[in-house]
Amino acid sequence: MIKYTEDHEWLSLDGDIVTVGITDHAQEQLGDIVFVELPEVGTQISKDDEIVVIESVKAASDIVAPVDGEIVEINEAIIDTPSKVNEDAEGEAWFFKVKIDDASQLDAYMDETAYKELTA
Amino acid sequence: MAQDLLKTPLHGLHLELGARMVPFAGYEMPVQYAMGVMKEHLHTRAAAGLFDVSHMGQVLLTGADPSVDLERLVPQSITGLKPSRQRYAFFTNESGGIEDDIMVARREDHLYVVVNAACKAADIALMRAGLQESELVEITDRALLALQGPAAEAALSRIVPVAPMAFMEVGIFPSDFGELWISRSGYTGEDGFEISVPADHAEGFARALLDMEEVAPIGLGARDSLRLEAGLCLYGNDIDTTTDPVQASLTWAIQKTRRPGGAREGGFPGDSIILPKISDADDQEDRRRVGILPEGRAPMREHVQLFENEKDETPIGVVTSGAFGPTVGHPISMGYVPARLSAPGTRIWGEVRGKRMAAEIVSLPFRPSTYKR
Repeated sequence: MIKYTEDHEWLSLDGDIVTVGITDHAQEQLGDIVFVELPEVGTQISKDDEIVVIESVKAASDIVAPVDGEIVEINEAIIDTPSKVNEDAEGEAWFFKVKIDDASQLDAYMDETAYKELTA
Repeated sequence: MAQDLLKTPLHGLHLELGARMVPFAGYEMPVQYAMGVMKEHLHTRAAAGLFDVSHMGQVLLTGADPSVDLERLVPQSITGLKPSRQRYAFFTNESGGIEDDIMVARREDHLYVVVNAACKAADIALMRAGLQESELVEITDRALLALQGPAAEAALSRIVPVAPMAFMEVGIFPSDFGELWISRSGYTGEDGFEISVPADHAEGFARALLDMEEVAPIGLGARDSLRLEAGLCLYGNDIDTTTDPVQASLTWAIQKTRRPGGAREGGFPGDSIILPKISDADDQEDRRRVGILPEGRAPMREHVQLFENEKDETPIGVVTSGAFGPTVGHPISMGYVPARLSAPGTRIWGEVRGKRMAAEIVSLPFRPSTYKR
């Protein structure tokens, strides 16, 4: 199941692990991404915490935690090569995986149809 | 988009090319095209980029000898500027600060001056007030384009014979697009040309260039990262009315004849402040514009505060331009630090999002320029 936030993050739930990235629409709006800062593995995050910094050629943007939980894995590849986010935002260039406290938190987010309407 | 924004003669072409338009110095200008800032930057360094810089001001100074007049307003040697040559110059104020940086070319019996868009009205007022013998004619029926990059010469040569021109040489060329005023210069660190073209021929001229394999349209976004890699100042960011030429590390642009002991020493606004600094630049607390290379990958953008030590509370300087340098492959910045910390190799700290990050003072430019001397 894939869900989308109004902040243009995508969330993919598998058991109690949510993989989080930014949407293709978001990377397009940001432009060429040159820097990504991710939280450390083991960090406890709360919804709306600013946990990721993305810098494009234009400006810096924050990404907020979409759920409560614990960071269990981060994608080192996009730290080394931030341009991967421009190339495959909704695939290989995921940002982090979080062990979610309460999977029902995802219910509030949009499905693909609703997100497409938002960004149309 | 606000209705009162001005449009250049290439506005329609920008829209047709899919440009993202932004307000800039009162004009609606292309910040990027479909290619995106990074690829536009790299394309300019690899082939040739076409920039619309028609928002900049073009002015002619005519009269018996306008160079004598203009020399009262700038610390450069204008009377010593040879025919068909162009020179980087700047207007100074009584406090020694810089009112604008400009290009001045000597053409036969007059001077051709190009000024920054945001300063255009003020510069014209400043010149009208300061010129005693000469007349100022503002050129409003011409566009200004820049063609920059290693393939610029080959591309433009298909239209006019520019290959023999040297860096900072100017010439007037008849062409299918009317009379072209061309200088071999630019603001990217690349070999290239700036071309003034009659407004009603501007689109045809731009299309002729864009039809060529090597040429792509480039927006203001890449123009900014290109000039930063080349170590060139953006007026309003890196230099302004409060920075004097010595602080701005632009002493090289003041010819010896206008310096202490020179034949035409002084005689420009702020000379009593600027000249003593040139002969005795020993105030180690006075600030200097420097290149700054962050050690990490996070860009240090404008307004980032700089510190001498990691834990210091009081900043010693500030970043005035900062971005990712696509050709350098690393974030790069320019900013001001005290002279005592301005030597290349000095380690300083910048505060980014509340964190102190190390950076090194480096000499400019970040990437060697490729001008055809």
